[in-house]
Amino acid sequence: MRVLEKIRPERDDRQSSRSGARPAAALARRRRVTAAAFLAPMLGVLAVVAAWPLLHTIWFGFTNAELGGGPAQFIGLHNFASLLADPGWWRSVVNTLIFAALSVALEAALGMVIALALNRRFPGRFLVRAAVIVPWAIPTVVSAKLWAWMLNDVFGIINAVLVDLGLLGRPVAWVAAPHTALFSVVLVDAWKTTPFVALLLLAGLQVIPGELYEAAEIDGARPAQTFFSITLPLLRPALLVALIFRTLDALRVFDIIYVIAGDNPASMSMSVFARQQLVEFQDVGYGSAAATLLFVVVAIVTVIYVRAGGLWQEA
Amino acid sequence: MAGSVSSRAWRRRAASAGFCLLIAAILFYTLFPFYWAIVSSLRSGSELFSISLLPLHPAWGNYAAVFRDEPFARNIANSMLVASLVVLIALALSLGAAYALGRLRFTGRRTLLMTILGVSMFPQIAVLSGLFALIRTLGLYDTPWALVLSYLIFTLPFTVWVLTAFMHDLPRELEEAAIMDGARPVTIIRRIFLPLLAPAMVTTGLLAFIASWNEFLFALTFTLTPEQRTVPVAIALISGASAHELPWGRIMAASVIVTLPLIALVLAFQHRIIAGLTLGAVKG
Repeated sequence: MRVLEKIRPERDDRQSSRSGARPAAALARRRRVTAAAFLAPMLGVLAVVAAWPLLHTIWFGFTNAELGGGPAQFIGLHNFASLLADPGWWRSVVNTLIFAALSVALEAALGMVIALALNRRFPGRFLVRAAVIVPWAIPTVVSAKLWAWMLNDVFGIINAVLVDLGLLGRPVAWVAAPHTALFSVVLVDAWKTTPFVALLLLAGLQVIPGELYEAAEIDGARPAQTFFSITLPLLRPALLVALIFRTLDALRVFDIIYVIAGDNPASMSMSVFARQQLVEFQDVGYGSAAATLLFVVVAIVTVIYVRAGGLWQEA
Repeated sequence: MAGSVSSRAWRRRAASAGFCLLIAAILFYTLFPFYWAIVSSLRSGSELFSISLLPLHPAWGNYAAVFRDEPFARNIANSMLVASLVVLIALALSLGAAYALGRLRFTGRRTLLMTILGVSMFPQIAVLSGLFALIRTLGLYDTPWALVLSYLIFTLPFTVWVLTAFMHDLPRELEEAAIMDGARPVTIIRRIFLPLLAPAMVTTGLLAFIASWNEFLFALTFTLTPEQRTVPVAIALISGASAHELPWGRIMAASVIVTLPLIALVLAFQHRIIAGLTLGAVKG
């Protein structure tokens, strides 16, 4: 959102008021032509790789297209109607919502703790900050594999330690069992993306003026009081940006769930469901309809986000 | 009086001990999983199932096996090729676009910026079947070019967005003299903006490189043969004799190989990366 504020125009008005009306009009026209020329290559590429495939996917959703099959026929809303009656689809919707809510909440909480800790001065702080970035630098597929190995039912270290400590009677198949599969991928996602949230929050914390805390200390405020009446309100913009970006990312989650749990229905997200229909079942029409519905959900959240962004600017 | 002072000192000591514990917990949480991958990658046979924390008898067999039994060197080359090309194309296209969006005033500029931001929010799955059709029509299926093309979807909006913000922040006086002298926009970009934007382009390029290097869904869908796979797909699909005995030592070795350079890069550029992420606040 900071970017948006910066990009707000204000400087070009000077020029038009300085020179007369006609040269200004000519200048504006020339600027338009120049802008169009510089934007055309980028917009052309985006039209080919983003706009066209998106429209094509939406179109597929209204057809009975199959992978490598004959010509597709328009079948209206049939795919969408079947989707809305498909318990597998609804399961993936519920899974995705639970995944998004839990992982974003966990990341915000952990990110906040880490950011507050890193905001204090202590010897070796820069080393700890570097260590915190490490999970973010690890490719998603690799983090999924690291955790799949640690969570392994037979040889995983997590089961071994929990059984040794007497916390578990016998090893648990974390990623296969229906009750723990979704929770396991939430933990892995939280591990991987907490650094992102922590660093955004840390950047927000560092611009809060120190005098506010000094004043609070003079007034004898307790730490919890200081946190809720100074830190949290001033951190709100950074926190909202982090939460919204993470929510949008979580709603389209694919890699972590696919690599850890494959097509396990207990943890399948909307993206995994759509890809399974598209590729494994070769049902391009049905899968595209599912992908389109996911797109609509993400688009609605994005619009809310952009609106909210506009509100913050006015404030 | 004396009692209250010593109790306050005691409380302070307890608080700082608590803080040390918290830092230790944070370090353990963020570092242990990767440490455990390194340890596991150095174990073979039944030793792999030991849970002792130190690799007392390091065995390098897993590392050799990754390159011997899998086309892993080829996979790394594919990833390098795709990610480098994507970064070069995205930066070249976005430099001019960022000049138009950051320095020129024209109607619809804000709408355009918001649309570009919107593209970066796309769920990748929403373009998957359309892209698949496009890639097959162009005859690019199962080649790295399919990935170069498709990765522009998520890198280009990001590079345009961040470079526009940087470009917009540069003082106006910079180009005014050049305009007076009648310099053309291309000259202005090359002579004035390119040198000033070089650091920003390094940061943006690095983030785009990491995003391309890590991409999984498109790479999984648009490649078929093991030789054409990129690193994430290769690691995800390493399999053993049966589905129930995955060669974990080998998977961990491959993971360590591709992650160590990334960690080194990220740590070397951490200040710039944090600035770039905070500015763009685009995906993690």
